[in-house]
Amino acid sequence: MTQWSPGRPPRLDDAFLSAGSSSFSEFVSAYRPELLPSGRRLPSGTSIEAPHGTTIVSLLFDGGVVMAGDRRATMGNVIANRDMEKVFAADDYSVVGIAGTAGIAIELVRLYQVELEHYEKIEGAIMSLEGKANRLASMIRGNLSLAMQGLTVVPTYAGFDLESATGRIYSYDVTGGCYIEGGHHSTGSGSVFARGALKKLWRPGLEEQQAVSVAVEALYDAADDDSATGGPDLGRQIWPTVAVVDHSGARFVPSDVLEGHVQRVVAARRDNPGGAR
Amino acid sequence: MSMPFYVPPEQVMKDRADFARKGIARGRSVIVVGYDRGIAFVAENPSRALHKVSEIYDRIAFAAVGRYNEFESLRVAGIRYADLRGYSYDRTDVTARALANTYAQTLGAVFTQESKPFEIEIVVAEVGVDSDTDQIFRLTYDGSVADEQGFVAMGGASEAAEERLGTGWRPGMTLAEVLRLAVDVLGAGENGERRALDEGQLEVAVLDRDRPRRSFRRIVGPLLTRLLVEAPAAGGATAGPGSTETVPGEDGSASPADGPGSPAPPS
Repeated sequence: MTQWSPGRPPRLDDAFLSAGSSSFSEFVSAYRPELLPSGRRLPSGTSIEAPHGTTIVSLLFDGGVVMAGDRRATMGNVIANRDMEKVFAADDYSVVGIAGTAGIAIELVRLYQVELEHYEKIEGAIMSLEGKANRLASMIRGNLSLAMQGLTVVPTYAGFDLESATGRIYSYDVTGGCYIEGGHHSTGSGSVFARGALKKLWRPGLEEQQAVSVAVEALYDAADDDSATGGPDLGRQIWPTVAVVDHSGARFVPSDVLEGHVQRVVAARRDNPGGAR
Repeated sequence: MSMPFYVPPEQVMKDRADFARKGIARGRSVIVVGYDRGIAFVAENPSRALHKVSEIYDRIAFAAVGRYNEFESLRVAGIRYADLRGYSYDRTDVTARALANTYAQTLGAVFTQESKPFEIEIVVAEVGVDSDTDQIFRLTYDGSVADEQGFVAMGGASEAAEERLGTGWRPGMTLAEVLRLAVDVLGAGENGERRALDEGQLEVAVLDRDRPRRSFRRIVGPLLTRLLVEAPAAGGATAGPGSTETVPGEDGSASPADGPGSPAPPS
């Protein structure tokens, strides 16, 4: 008998050569469904404990959008990870932040990044921002059966719309509902406290640096009251992840700049823990 | 009841090969040529929308001549193959060699089993860390693979074009120099007559060694015009200052240094 693997014929089979779809996830779900979260089933009636990522804030500024996430992942009362990244570049002009079950969320982000690049390569054009937001919604929808068993993923998507030259924020619910947000948005366990801070700190027409500072401060407030959200860790030099998207594309704020913002927020809270002003 | 005539297999293969070669020779040529900072793809192609050159993956590109529908389906298959492999393994595990082997199996199977062979010829190229590690694979209609050094010409009158490339090309040429050489070769006619090709008739793209992650860039508009004009006569010193050294994002559409990628952003 030969040793050739029967599952992977050397010749490209018809799934590769068929015309039509420029969606990577559609191709994978037809060809290798076990590689997708939606292709897996948990035994019913069970639930498992897995690390959870928590708070993501996003806000518009004049000429773009800022998204920031804390770095903590928790599993019950245990800190599972202190320096996890939860905000990722989805493509050149958008970012995605994740809250929920970390393993599945990271897998969805990887799949989403390939999905956008795959479309761009096959079609020779960049997908519209609305189209990208809807693709993410359909992926969340595909995860519904896992979400029913506790493995939820709730992302926030933010990007720069090249047609209208403005930043946009899209929020999602666990069933894949996609909503456009005006101004600011927060998601995850600390989102209630972050939203309170954003309501007071955000206003239209912020500058980029002001927006970064507001994002850092909103996360500080979330960490102040939510044990699952990690505050800035001065001892370990762990700062939130902050991404900025504007007309020149998506980029991450370098850690030395972030350190400045964090130090200012922390200094302003000395003897003023609520940040009254 | 009619009996089919016996046709010897040699004759069948020869007929199929002749058929495919004729189809390929009717099309316009594509040249793939290495330069000091990457690999350039130059195609005579008046269409802005139907490409002969395409990105496959971070360091890998695809060029083809022949029937559009046939190479387009292989191009899409290559992108699916590369993205699936990169997704289930890692981005660094996607190689031109593996893709070329898969294409070769597919072309070979179609050549012997289907009613009609593909009338196409393709190149799969991967840019390496230096020009010694660049790889250019040329695949023909029957599934044979050749590992080419430095340059390839495909399509109509490709032998003559390769001969001219062989005399004009040397390692370490700049992008402007190889573009000029490629345009000269594409414009050379049968009997020494020359056609002038302008930017509108050319499809030019590069795999740029110095770009992080996705190295494929199309060269269009003012940048292409400048590169075609500024090339000095062959044998001259290095080309113009700065401008040919790196290829910026095409024509104003700036892209950030950090594209989408592995889920870990730089912190």
